[in-house]
Amino acid sequence: MSTAAEAHDAEDQGHGADHGHHGPKWLAHHFDSGAQQFEAAKLGMWVFLVTEVLMFGGLFAAYIINKSTYHDLFVLGHEHLDKRLGALNTVVLLFSSLTVALAVRSSQLGERKKAGTYLLVTIACACAFLVVKYFEYSHKIHDGLLPGRFFAGAGMPKETHIYFALYFMMTGLHGIHVTIGIGLIFWVWLRNQRGEFSPAYYTPIDIVGLYWHLVDLIWIYLFPLLYLIG
Amino acid sequence: MATTDIAVPAAHDEPKRGLSYLEITSGLKSWLLTIDHKRIGLMYLGSVIFAFFLGGVFALLLRAELLTPGKTFVDAKTYNQFFTLHGTIMVFLFIVPAIPAALGNFFLPIQVGAIDVAFPRLNLASFYIYLLGAFVAIYSIITGSVDTGWTFYAPYSTETDTNVIPMVAGAFIMGFSSILTGVNFVVTVHKLRAPGVTWGRLSLFIWSLYATSIIQILATPVLAITLALLIMERAVGIGIFDPKMGGDPIMFQHFFWFYSHPAVYIMILPGMGVISELVATFCRKKIFGYKAVALSSIGLALVSFLVWGHHLFVSGQSEFATIAFSFLTFLVGIPSSIKVINWTMTMYEASIDLKTPMLYALAFIWNFMIGGLTGIFLGVLSVDVHLHDTYFVIAHFHYVMMGGTAMAFVGGLVYWWPKMTGRMVDERLGRVSWALIFLGFNLTFFVQFIMGARGMPRRYYNYLDQFQKFHQFSTVGSWVLGLGFLVLLYALVQSLRSGVKATSNPWHSLALEWQSPSPPPLENFEAPVVVTHGPYDYHLVKTTNT
Repeated sequence: MSTAAEAHDAEDQGHGADHGHHGPKWLAHHFDSGAQQFEAAKLGMWVFLVTEVLMFGGLFAAYIINKSTYHDLFVLGHEHLDKRLGALNTVVLLFSSLTVALAVRSSQLGERKKAGTYLLVTIACACAFLVVKYFEYSHKIHDGLLPGRFFAGAGMPKETHIYFALYFMMTGLHGIHVTIGIGLIFWVWLRNQRGEFSPAYYTPIDIVGLYWHLVDLIWIYLFPLLYLIG
Repeated sequence: MATTDIAVPAAHDEPKRGLSYLEITSGLKSWLLTIDHKRIGLMYLGSVIFAFFLGGVFALLLRAELLTPGKTFVDAKTYNQFFTLHGTIMVFLFIVPAIPAALGNFFLPIQVGAIDVAFPRLNLASFYIYLLGAFVAIYSIITGSVDTGWTFYAPYSTETDTNVIPMVAGAFIMGFSSILTGVNFVVTVHKLRAPGVTWGRLSLFIWSLYATSIIQILATPVLAITLALLIMERAVGIGIFDPKMGGDPIMFQHFFWFYSHPAVYIMILPGMGVISELVATFCRKKIFGYKAVALSSIGLALVSFLVWGHHLFVSGQSEFATIAFSFLTFLVGIPSSIKVINWTMTMYEASIDLKTPMLYALAFIWNFMIGGLTGIFLGVLSVDVHLHDTYFVIAHFHYVMMGGTAMAFVGGLVYWWPKMTGRMVDERLGRVSWALIFLGFNLTFFVQFIMGARGMPRRYYNYLDQFQKFHQFSTVGSWVLGLGFLVLLYALVQSLRSGVKATSNPWHSLALEWQSPSPPPLENFEAPVVVTHGPYDYHLVKTTNT
């Protein structure tokens, strides 16, 4: 949402069009130069990412506190996760981070077609990630490995549900971010196809790329914390 | 006009000017879809004033209920809803957005000499996110309300039969509005300062908003995730805060206060910024210790993250944590007193112009001193064990929030009103409102210190007979306070209808926003801004007028 709005500002604002400087169409009226606009967008995204880190930070703190209380149950719970699927998703996301970085690189060089392809590959990876996640979730739902009062795990103490509560909250919030990411990447892909970007202006791809790297980075932490404890 | 030399324009040499931001377009759509930070600021202003009115009505109702022990006119549950709604509305709908989103949105870009904030559409989006959150919260009031207190402590908040989810969801949504405003301000201050607006020439209002934004960006997401967990707890029973299911209710308190203590500084810091502006302008003096005041804002922002545990002194956190948080809490006193001492030193030997905004600034300093010093009492472990959850705490934070931030908000509102609307607020009405508000406020809350020290717990519907005279005194005070705000409201409406037209700089201030016409043009200044002096450099002014 925010990224969309931020990057949108890169388009000409319309209001006060008679303000005197006649920059390119993408230069918003309240910026003096493209460089200033780019730096502002980039700083804005970084600051927003700090917010994201703190938001997941709350869940990481909850994880640490509960793991110290229920260490054995966390180990017990994590054995019901499929490490191979988790590893597969890690590889998929890491690869998508590479492709989004390549998309930024291509747009810097003015290779619009290549940038478009890289963005589509990124979207494909993100979708693949969600498909794998879907299979993991359905397996858990089937086995009753659910949070709180829905927990029906056979042969596990009832407090084990806390592990699954955190599992679903953390991967769920991450999944929401992946979904938003797909939307954002699709949106910059559309704009890329329309030919709105050039080596002088590729800000939206750059900041959406930053967002996508964070989504990837959070998964890099989630994977060992949830799948590889022992 | 671009302040290339330091002369304060007198009333008679008003420059010829074009259309102001209010006149350039008209119609509902030109407001609802505007990306002009000034109009967005005004829409925020209208919203927060409405929220203040709503929260104030609940305050008057709950004070009226406390006139007698037991039932006065509503039952206990309704009373619980009154204080919860008073708290949630005042915190999330009024005081968090009040100064930054309304006055800050309007004046931060102007004070850095920019045309707009860095992300104007994001700014508008944040306003609508705020409205959405406010409506969701108000929906909760209509459909069964909430009786948990504004703190939503688990496990009660997961068990009560009132409508907690929409209220919490509303606070969750409004949090995003707060974050986005913070992001916008940080980037604007970093990237959009006009030539000559160095970090050392930023106004202290901007420094305080910058510090506020840092807290908004770092703390609000933690509240968001806490409230999300609470919603999940109620909706699907994930049990993370529920001791019956192996969860930990103290964890909720830690999470909640990790946001909500820093949030206290989201509320007070912008107020302090306003006071710095008022004191400098009405003393016509360079602010004493500019750097110290500026950095104390950043200091408060940092310290604010290290003290949340003082809300949990009697909740059962470890003794070591309790001692550590107690010591850390004392640190808050340092930057706070730097500010108070520097304002006082600025006033020392100045020729103070006691206009309405300055009166509010003085009220702020008085009330904040009391509120701040009693905060030190509460930080002392042995004292806090006695005073925890009593009216002493209520009085303490109302002295800071209501006696501090709300005074600064009103002071700032009257001060900047001519710039925003182009009309002056009647000085006589302004002073009457100030007298009633200041008196009413102190009548209402000072007595609560005494009540609390004698053991009257907060949030109680019923009380022992010995407290009745204090409660009645306080309730009568709340009527004086309410009357004061009505007079103020009348003064503002009267100003809009028939107020004297404002000159561009009615207070003879050197700050940048006063060098632009009242009300300013769409792009804030009539010519690109080049700044050659700081906002408080009164010592450089040649004696051309006054």
